[in-house]
Amino acid sequence: MLLLEASPREWRGGNSPHTRNLRCMHDAPEDVLVDAYPEEEFLQDLLKVTAGNTNEHLARLVIRASSTCRPWMSRHGVRFQPALAGTLHLSRTNAFFLGGGKALVNAYYRSAQDLGVQVRYDAPVDALDIRDGRFVAAYVGSERIEARACVLAAGGFESNREWLREAWGQNERGEWPADNFLIRGTRFNQGVLLKQMMAQGADIIGDPTQAHCVAIDARAPLYDGGIVTRVDAVSLGVVVNRDAMRFYDEGEDFWPKRYAIWGRLVALQPEQVGYCIIDRKAIGRFMPPVFPGVQAESLPELARKLGLDEMRFIKTLSEYNVACRVGTFDHTTLDDCHTEGLAPAKSHWAQPIDQPPFYGYALRPGITFTYLSLKTDAQARVYFDGKPSDNLFVAGEMMAGNVLGQGYTAGVGMSIGTAFGRIAGTEAAQAALQEAAHA
Amino acid sequence: MLDALTREAAALGNGSAVASEVARQMQICNACRYCESYCAVFPAMTRRLEFSAADAHYLANLCHNCSACLQSCQYAPPHEFAVNVPRAMAQLRRETYAAYAWPRALGALYQRNGLVVALATAGALALFLVLLLAVNGTLLHEPLAGDFYAIFPHSMMAWMFGAAFGWAVLALAIGAARFWSSQSPGSITVTPVSEATRNALTLTYLDGGHGDGCNEADDRFTRLRKYFHHLTFYGFLLCFASTCVATFYHHALGEPAPYPFISVPVLLGTVGGVGLLIGPAGLLWLHMRRHPLHFDLEQRPMDRAFIVLLFAISLTGLALLALRDTGAMGLLLAVHLGTVMALFLTLPYGKFAHAVYRAATLLKWAIERRQPNRLQVGGE
Repeated sequence: MLLLEASPREWRGGNSPHTRNLRCMHDAPEDVLVDAYPEEEFLQDLLKVTAGNTNEHLARLVIRASSTCRPWMSRHGVRFQPALAGTLHLSRTNAFFLGGGKALVNAYYRSAQDLGVQVRYDAPVDALDIRDGRFVAAYVGSERIEARACVLAAGGFESNREWLREAWGQNERGEWPADNFLIRGTRFNQGVLLKQMMAQGADIIGDPTQAHCVAIDARAPLYDGGIVTRVDAVSLGVVVNRDAMRFYDEGEDFWPKRYAIWGRLVALQPEQVGYCIIDRKAIGRFMPPVFPGVQAESLPELARKLGLDEMRFIKTLSEYNVACRVGTFDHTTLDDCHTEGLAPAKSHWAQPIDQPPFYGYALRPGITFTYLSLKTDAQARVYFDGKPSDNLFVAGEMMAGNVLGQGYTAGVGMSIGTAFGRIAGTEAAQAALQEAAHA
Repeated sequence: MLDALTREAAALGNGSAVASEVARQMQICNACRYCESYCAVFPAMTRRLEFSAADAHYLANLCHNCSACLQSCQYAPPHEFAVNVPRAMAQLRRETYAAYAWPRALGALYQRNGLVVALATAGALALFLVLLLAVNGTLLHEPLAGDFYAIFPHSMMAWMFGAAFGWAVLALAIGAARFWSSQSPGSITVTPVSEATRNALTLTYLDGGHGDGCNEADDRFTRLRKYFHHLTFYGFLLCFASTCVATFYHHALGEPAPYPFISVPVLLGTVGGVGLLIGPAGLLWLHMRRHPLHFDLEQRPMDRAFIVLLFAISLTGLALLALRDTGAMGLLLAVHLGTVMALFLTLPYGKFAHAVYRAATLLKWAIERRQPNRLQVGGE
């Protein structure tokens, strides 16, 4: 068995090194998970975030697999961490990898190599030989590698700037929004095989503009900024666009339930930029950001430092401040601090921004992964013209769009990846054995 | 004086590029926190939003250099954030040892510590060989039935080693006191003391948080470093206990050495000596295989000199025991005493200092984690 990894060893594992947990169904408290998170609730959460844009059959399969996969993961060296103070509200639904996703990736590579799997790094597959819906060979450059079965797990196309540009197109302002996107994950998900498969007539599912898209610090690196570039202060302050106008309810719901919509919100703004504005009261109440905020002793000074129109900025902030109806501030509940007569409203945690120092964080859309996928089924088979291949399978981001038509809920990417990775592996092994028996 | 020295040390720490580098990396880690279950460094980090030089020194000494965080770091080189916590912490620890050394000027001995330990060893060996020649006239002698005192009088050895050891204890105690007062950790009570003691004696934080151990050559976990360290540390303690029991026999019971093979001091020393052979040998073997990113390359001579010296003490001690009835006893005794003297002289100016500052930070952590956390940053 051979694993062809496009990246050098240091960057192996695609986007998995940036992950941290997986969402797990469970009917009773289990090792690192408290309470219960039954199948139906998990499904409802998924239906809610995807607005029903999911294959329920495959979604249920993922959910059920998520309830049994942890012992398997542990056997292959993945360790889970006990529920921690900082992540308490996720310790019911999500199991956290001790050391995060790179520790998980390391464990899987060790386990695979112990099982005799050969791993080749710096070996990007750039073409596939497929005949009558059957996998025959893969090409790494001019080298032809034949196999009895194959699992494609080459990620989305989020690292491919041109494709993103093309997918998002030009907006009504004449801008190419994707030119201002940052990529939170690996630079190796160029979508080469996705494009290959499209060209070879594989069945495709999903909208190329749908992606896990978070508003991140505009100073983040182009690739691999990962978790630290998030700015978790949004629900504690206000967010304005380039024109110093607010554009969405910052306090609609708990931040963990809302962070994944803000990338798209910012992408729709002029120049694809937003500015999160907070004051002293917010300090120590959100995850410390990796880059320090732009700091000012007054709001006009902050507007100038951020390059925003001073008059309009002051007007927006003043209107917001006046509209705040402050009750009992509590960031751990949907509190009663809200705005009145303001559009858009801020439904919770609305406090006037009036205590210096003030801080501003410029935000950009940060793409985690795209949802455009190969259509698949419960056996992870790749389809051509509605007919399943019997030796070509798909796993990971490359098929996640079957379950995630849009939206996101924390940890579900790894639930899908783990469930379908195992299915694809098992099916591919069986296909290879069958073929060997026939030969 | 203590206050003035503390201020001086703190000022030294403030200007350090290494402390700034630790602060830079902690700023990144604090926004990530994937490593929070590995050890105490990351939970201690999450109680802070900014990292002063004192914080950096605290976290650096709390770090056990297990390297689990580096292996699982999405921001490790070649990432442009270039996060390498074990290396930055190791570099800063050396600055801690130097900054808090007493007397201050001798902190410079950390600059080229491998050379310092080698010179101390050579000097101490030469001293005892010359003494042997002066007392005995030749290096070899007629067998003396293991009577060390026929070569070097008891009072001479007691004075020499008592003075060296006393100096080491004093220097380390002053360093520890200054370090402690620069940290303002809060008041010491029984519970944190017992927790810190347990964490130090069992090397809790070499477990990796999952019990699989720490990293050496690659991302594979192993408990070997913990086991070899236990053999080294407890071997050292047994040897020390052997000396204490012998002192008691000598002064309280009026029974001077040599003691038979089946006697408390000899058994303690033998068992301890074997531990102190296997432990350092294993640690050195691991150290030679360790991934180059896992530690501070400039600190390698310091680490290895200390390990080799411990090994040499044990080897010469056991050889002395085995051959104490022969004419080579005097020579072996001189060599053994030379290595022990070298250890005592370099104790406050070498790798041994890690034990003192590690213990202090473990105690600080045990105190600190019981204090309410003023931050409420939420989570994902």
